[in-house]
Amino acid sequence: MFRLRPEGTPATIAVIVEGRTIHVAAGASAAAAVLAAGFRSIRETPVEGSERAPYCMMGVCFDCLAEIDGVPNRQSCMVEARPGMQIRRQIRARKVDPSPQ
Amino acid sequence: MKRFDAIVIGGGLVGSAIAYGLAREGLRTALLDEGDVAYRASRGNFGLVWVQSKGDGVPHYQRWTRRSADEWPALAAELLARTGISAGHERPGGVHLCLSEAELEARHAMMERMRTQSGNFGFEYRMLDHRELADMLRGLGPSVIGASYTPYDGHANPLNLLHALHKGFVERGGSYIPNTSVADAKAAPGDFRIAIADGEIGAPKVVLAAGLGNASLAPLFGLNSPVRPQRGQILVTERAQRVLPMPTTTIRQTVEGGIMLGDSQEDVGFDTSQKPSVMQTIAHRAVLSFPWLRDLQIVRAWAALRVMPPDGLPIYDQSEHFPGAFAANCHSGVTLAGAHANVFAPMVAAGALDASLALFSAKRFDVPAAA
Repeated sequence: MFRLRPEGTPATIAVIVEGRTIHVAAGASAAAAVLAAGFRSIRETPVEGSERAPYCMMGVCFDCLAEIDGVPNRQSCMVEARPGMQIRRQIRARKVDPSPQ
Repeated sequence: MKRFDAIVIGGGLVGSAIAYGLAREGLRTALLDEGDVAYRASRGNFGLVWVQSKGDGVPHYQRWTRRSADEWPALAAELLARTGISAGHERPGGVHLCLSEAELEARHAMMERMRTQSGNFGFEYRMLDHRELADMLRGLGPSVIGASYTPYDGHANPLNLLHALHKGFVERGGSYIPNTSVADAKAAPGDFRIAIADGEIGAPKVVLAAGLGNASLAPLFGLNSPVRPQRGQILVTERAQRVLPMPTTTIRQTVEGGIMLGDSQEDVGFDTSQKPSVMQTIAHRAVLSFPWLRDLQIVRAWAALRVMPPDGLPIYDQSEHFPGAFAANCHSGVTLAGAHANVFAPMVAAGALDASLALFSAKRFDVPAAA
């Protein structure tokens, strides 16, 4: 769906989106990595399970929620991609484990 | 001058529920909503439909609250059918968690007093110890000693309720007039004229439901509404899979999965700012109650002002000087929505408040002069 601008910063940071290695430019967000990986959505809503893609890309709309390095429901547009970062789509409501630790 | 059968001043939950009820009774009704300059308690509340702690020493308030909770399912079903909007009402019962023996003892004593005061009306409650409670609520923290439970309690989505009442009101032929302050009011028995930005409107009935605004409006109609603001702060977590099967007094998981944490009671005047120390107390108590909440992110927090009469009880009155003018004030716009739409509004339409509401008159604040 998206192509990187050829004159842009070279994609040197390798992150892992749903198990696939994707290269993005230094300073790119985790949300940008998911878009670069070609996913048409980044999450499924908690109640209806309908698909959402990153929208505002500036921390307002909460539609870019993703699981980043094991932490669910993070606003991926506000998280800078780091080498080796594990990014997964947020499927419906996050799980909680209420059993005593 | 445009004429109506009734004018309701205040488009929050109290005014909207009453206006909806009046429109259903067939009255041509205008609903004046001030706009975002108002304090808007109805946009900041917690969303409990709560019975168990209301009315210790005040049996008529206990009955009124319970009656409203009993009216809720019918109101919610009617609004859903007519507007397509679900108010998200659930009535699974509710618990009040106690974190110390002293809290539990005091709670037990209060619940027993309320049972005694309820007379033949009945008040079914149970005190639960930690083990019984842990079977009902997964992930209960070891700090919770026990709880009181009643089957009467529940919760709803207050914003959806407000939306549904507004939509239902208009759908029943009501005139919703937004962004409107009352510039001036002229009162005579059964003849009220309200000056608003684009002219004057008139009706033989007027209902003051302007929340904190009632304090200054009421005297214009020969009424008294000595309400003051009481601040409450709320924190909301990210949406999570549903874990909590029922609300507690201060923790509830919404239908959508977010967990709301409340509720402070602060006397700070007209100040809607948030205080980190209060938010910290709310979060701390919540994590003691359910340690797994520690892992959830807080995504929103706000403060809002309750509409608080001096004794915390609702105020319902019809003006003696200017019959046809009514006042309705309370801090429980969500809980009492059922009674306001289904019980109070028909009384206003009929022109007289039932004798059972006489004890809610603001006359209770008038101390007779000493002999």
